[in-house]
Amino acid sequence: MTALPPPSAKKLGLVIDLDTCVGCHACVTACKGWNDQGYGVPLSDQNAYGSEPSGTFLNRVHSYEVQPDQGTAQVINFPRSCLHCENAPCVTVCPTGASYKRAEDGIVLVNEDACIGCGLCAWACPYGARELDQAAGVMKKCTLCVDRIYNENLPEEDRQPACVRTCPAGARHFGDLGDPDSDVSKLVADRGGYELMPEMDTKPVNRYLPPRPKGPEQEVDILAPLLDVKTTGFAGWLDRILEKI
Amino acid sequence: MTYQQPKLDTSPKISDEVRKTTCYMCACRCGINVHLKSGKVSYIEGNRDHPVNKGVLCAKGSSGIMQVTAPSRLRAPLRRVGPRGSGAFEEISWEEAFQTAVAWLKPLRETAPEKLAFFTGRDQSQSFTSFWAQGFGTPNYAAHGGFCSVNMAAGGIYTMGGAFWEFGQPDWDRAKLFILFGVAEDHDSNPIKIGIGKLKARGSRVIGVNPIRTGYNGVADDWYGITPGTDGLLILSLIHELLKAGKIDLDYLARFTNAPCLVDETAGPGRGLLLRDKDGKHLVIDKTTGKPAVFDKKGVQPDLGATHKGARTVFQHLAERYLSDDYAPEAVAERTGIPAARIKGLAAEIARAAFDEPVVLDQEWTDFRGDTHSQMVGRPVAFHSMRGVSAHSNGFQTCRALHLLQILIGSVETPGGFRFKPPYPKPVEAHPKPHCGFNPGTPLNGPHLGFVHGPDDLALNPDGSPARIDKAFTWENPMSAHGLMHMVIPNAHAGDPYRIDTMLLYMANMSWNSSMNTRSVMEMLTDKDADGDYKIPRIIYSDAYASEMVAYADLILPDTTYLERHDCISLLDRPICEAEAAADAIRWPVIEPDREVRGFQSVLVELGNRLKLPGFVDAEGKAKYRDYADYMVNHERRPGVGPLMGWRGNGDQTGRGAPNPDQLQRYIDNGGFAIAHIPDEAQFFKPWNAAYQDWAVELGLYDKPQPYLFSIYSEPMQRFRLAAEGHGTRQPPEHLRERVRATMDPLPIWYEPFGDSAGADYPVHALTQRPMAMYHSWGSQNAWLRQIHGHNPLYVPTKIWEEHRFQDGDWARVTSPSGEITVPVAHMAALNENTIWTWNAIGKRKGAWALDPDAPESTKGFLLNHLIHELLPEKGDGMRWSNSDPITGQAAWFDLRVRIKKADPPEEAQPAFPPIPSPVPAARRNRP
Repeated sequence: MTALPPPSAKKLGLVIDLDTCVGCHACVTACKGWNDQGYGVPLSDQNAYGSEPSGTFLNRVHSYEVQPDQGTAQVINFPRSCLHCENAPCVTVCPTGASYKRAEDGIVLVNEDACIGCGLCAWACPYGARELDQAAGVMKKCTLCVDRIYNENLPEEDRQPACVRTCPAGARHFGDLGDPDSDVSKLVADRGGYELMPEMDTKPVNRYLPPRPKGPEQEVDILAPLLDVKTTGFAGWLDRILEKI
Repeated sequence: MTYQQPKLDTSPKISDEVRKTTCYMCACRCGINVHLKSGKVSYIEGNRDHPVNKGVLCAKGSSGIMQVTAPSRLRAPLRRVGPRGSGAFEEISWEEAFQTAVAWLKPLRETAPEKLAFFTGRDQSQSFTSFWAQGFGTPNYAAHGGFCSVNMAAGGIYTMGGAFWEFGQPDWDRAKLFILFGVAEDHDSNPIKIGIGKLKARGSRVIGVNPIRTGYNGVADDWYGITPGTDGLLILSLIHELLKAGKIDLDYLARFTNAPCLVDETAGPGRGLLLRDKDGKHLVIDKTTGKPAVFDKKGVQPDLGATHKGARTVFQHLAERYLSDDYAPEAVAERTGIPAARIKGLAAEIARAAFDEPVVLDQEWTDFRGDTHSQMVGRPVAFHSMRGVSAHSNGFQTCRALHLLQILIGSVETPGGFRFKPPYPKPVEAHPKPHCGFNPGTPLNGPHLGFVHGPDDLALNPDGSPARIDKAFTWENPMSAHGLMHMVIPNAHAGDPYRIDTMLLYMANMSWNSSMNTRSVMEMLTDKDADGDYKIPRIIYSDAYASEMVAYADLILPDTTYLERHDCISLLDRPICEAEAAADAIRWPVIEPDREVRGFQSVLVELGNRLKLPGFVDAEGKAKYRDYADYMVNHERRPGVGPLMGWRGNGDQTGRGAPNPDQLQRYIDNGGFAIAHIPDEAQFFKPWNAAYQDWAVELGLYDKPQPYLFSIYSEPMQRFRLAAEGHGTRQPPEHLRERVRATMDPLPIWYEPFGDSAGADYPVHALTQRPMAMYHSWGSQNAWLRQIHGHNPLYVPTKIWEEHRFQDGDWARVTSPSGEITVPVAHMAALNENTIWTWNAIGKRKGAWALDPDAPESTKGFLLNHLIHELLPEKGDGMRWSNSDPITGQAAWFDLRVRIKKADPPEEAQPAFPPIPSPVPAARRNRP
């Protein structure tokens, strides 16, 4: 079983805005595209052009319907990937030390050279955020694009995860959630960002911003008729409205 | 195990090289950075500098690498060797392909050019393909707008000189209320998502009006689950409420629209037209003098309430109409499925955002009358709308109604409202009229498509018969500005109005998801006459992939993928401009094809050269252009104005200037695009802003300033109405007279969609949407995207789900007046209670797209197209009534009405078709 490092001051992670995520899957394939050629082995696809195609994805989007007691049904799009937990059960369960949490920034990674593909970590993860690559037999998971965020071959502005860079609606944010003054921490504070399944005591770093309340605006009474058209007739209405110019 | 951490290289090399070009995974045309390793594409990301996507990229764009390596890519020209539809082909050389095509086309051009019908699907080079067709001389050319969104485009241009999407966009940076009508997740893709992100970040309000709540409607702060086909009624009711409360922008209406123009009420051929002076200029009554004056006179103050010799203003006509109780929320609530209180609430939200929270910019500007304004005052309510409104038989008038709404509150072209994108605004008068004058061996007498001003501009032969195979610009659909692609095959097969010889199609999947009534279209394509000849004798098709249409052609001209080709996204065509800037772009071969394929546009250049088409050869018959890249640089549509605006002349001129041999390299060096910013004082009020008009002339968008008034009241429509009332020499046939009179109302109206009465016994509405991860993409065989949307259930609302006791895993039989399908169902609550829907174009025919025959796209996926006929049910009058908007001919896909019933699960979705042999080898099972 593998030990966790002492908690880091820097806690890199994602903040995902469920009020803004339109469920377009851009983050899903941008992630696939980058990581197919980036950290570790490619993200393979089985039966790619046949029945039941299934490939390895480090990030997936699920859509759910919510039916409130009052008002119309709602749709929530929920992107799911590794939350880079502080008490990462996927790390402590690893028999070889392949699964580890970085001491300097808290990113949870898999050292593929040491991974035996036993799958224990995927069982241990309560969020379903790990996928065993069927071609390579090693465990794959979100790396927070560790090969982008510090990459000196990339311009400064591109040193962020591929999913964040590509998100058309700007629903994904990346930063240091260990720093209360960071933009992401402020966003979490402003919008009531929450952690997933706190009862598991995994202490995830990633946060989700809840959808804002939906429905009609507060009653506004700015549509008081100028005049009752029936009693004044059209000419009365016309006179009254043209006075306004 | 104690803590241990391997050493990581966190700065690996990204790639050998980045080449910047334009995406083609949909019609959005974002800038992309294509990374190459060892000469192969390794990664694709958005281009941060690009005006369309500013660095972001959608699910399709990010999956482009799977498109470029797709096993379904065609490999070489093909000649049919078995019966049509059998899929039996032999590979031939390009020389043989050219010789075959020329042998078919040359005699046609010399004897009967109209017997070539050239129609393109997801073509992004229409100014070029139409130029070729014009040189050939056939009147039969159009692209796919007729079955897509011509109502939206034409409704906007006839009303205000531009529409949504490519014509304009919401002011995402300033809008405080954004209302989306009938937009699934499409048109246009990334800019809407970026815009919604901006609105959300500012806390602006987003409202969706759509029978289905997914995607953008899902994140909307409020949602109106309207009954399909009733948007126009809802909009006119909103107008009723706003008029009653006086919440309209009277100053804007008086200055910038034809609301103060005077409607002639004298009986006779001029009744209902607007009064003009002897030079043809519209007259208004000047409030300062009480006398008639031309609308554009300096200092004139048009009087909305004037009456002159019995003629009342447009404003009075419109107010009288929409104040009627017929449009009261209580009167329309049941029909629209929206309670009256909700309609009033929406009207109140619009009124408050527009009038209580105006956006004021301290920016001086001068209008076309010469009057200077110290500020730009805006009404921050922005709308967007696309196919949901457009694809109904009342779509044109509904689009007009929506524009009337945004004009009445004064939000069009003001800060916070809707903004045009160059080359728009452009009034109807600045567009060409349609042309259909053809003669053997000579070019057509002008551009095919355009905007009619009245019956005189229809494309009719001297005997009154339709000049075009699709019957565009006839009394059946007088304002069919984009043609009627969905009618070409049925009409050619029926020989109505005449027979053709050769059909040339590009990127148009007519034997599958791009046709209504798919099974019959397949039969029409293979049907033979008494002599055993195909009724449509020859079909030439160009596509990059093994689509369903390939099997139904006689000669296949294989196209390249989007990373292997030249293209121009041109100001002459459908450019990528933004509200703040004109912009255009190119594609260039960032990789070379590894197959015997050629870009279709270069193939057309070669065919133009061999056929010696005017425009393609000089006086001696020598080719003017080597290929499409050469055309992009050296073609001049008007002197100094060509396909690309950037780096003309010596490289220092934008818009106008001589061809520059270095132009493409300059585009490549700049990331694949050019941009020209609009000056600050010209940013808003563009149709009337003198600084904008001057800037547009300087750039070459037009040759002289052309300010105009918005047409709340449409004179072209009234001219058709007058004809229907018996005036003029060109008269509608008797069976259409009443329909023309009723639908060509010069003020927006709502009428019941034709599909409602045709399907009166079919109580349920049925719709399709395209998913964001596949919208408009030419290749849903994409290995990554098909894992997201590999099959498509039919979504059923709670009421119907419970009524029929459906359960998860059930199947249903769905019947329309013209067809039947049996398909898997799924429950969805966020749905209009009388509407079912599915994702469009996920279903595939077995054998197509290099997918395995047991792929879920073929076994569980399905098309709704089988339920939709291109004709309305027969009325017993012997006529073929097209299932289209009676004004524009827009295919009325969304008029569909059905019945639904639980069914025993069949082995696979019905109807099932036999597999077609694949023209490409089977795909490898796994990747990498």
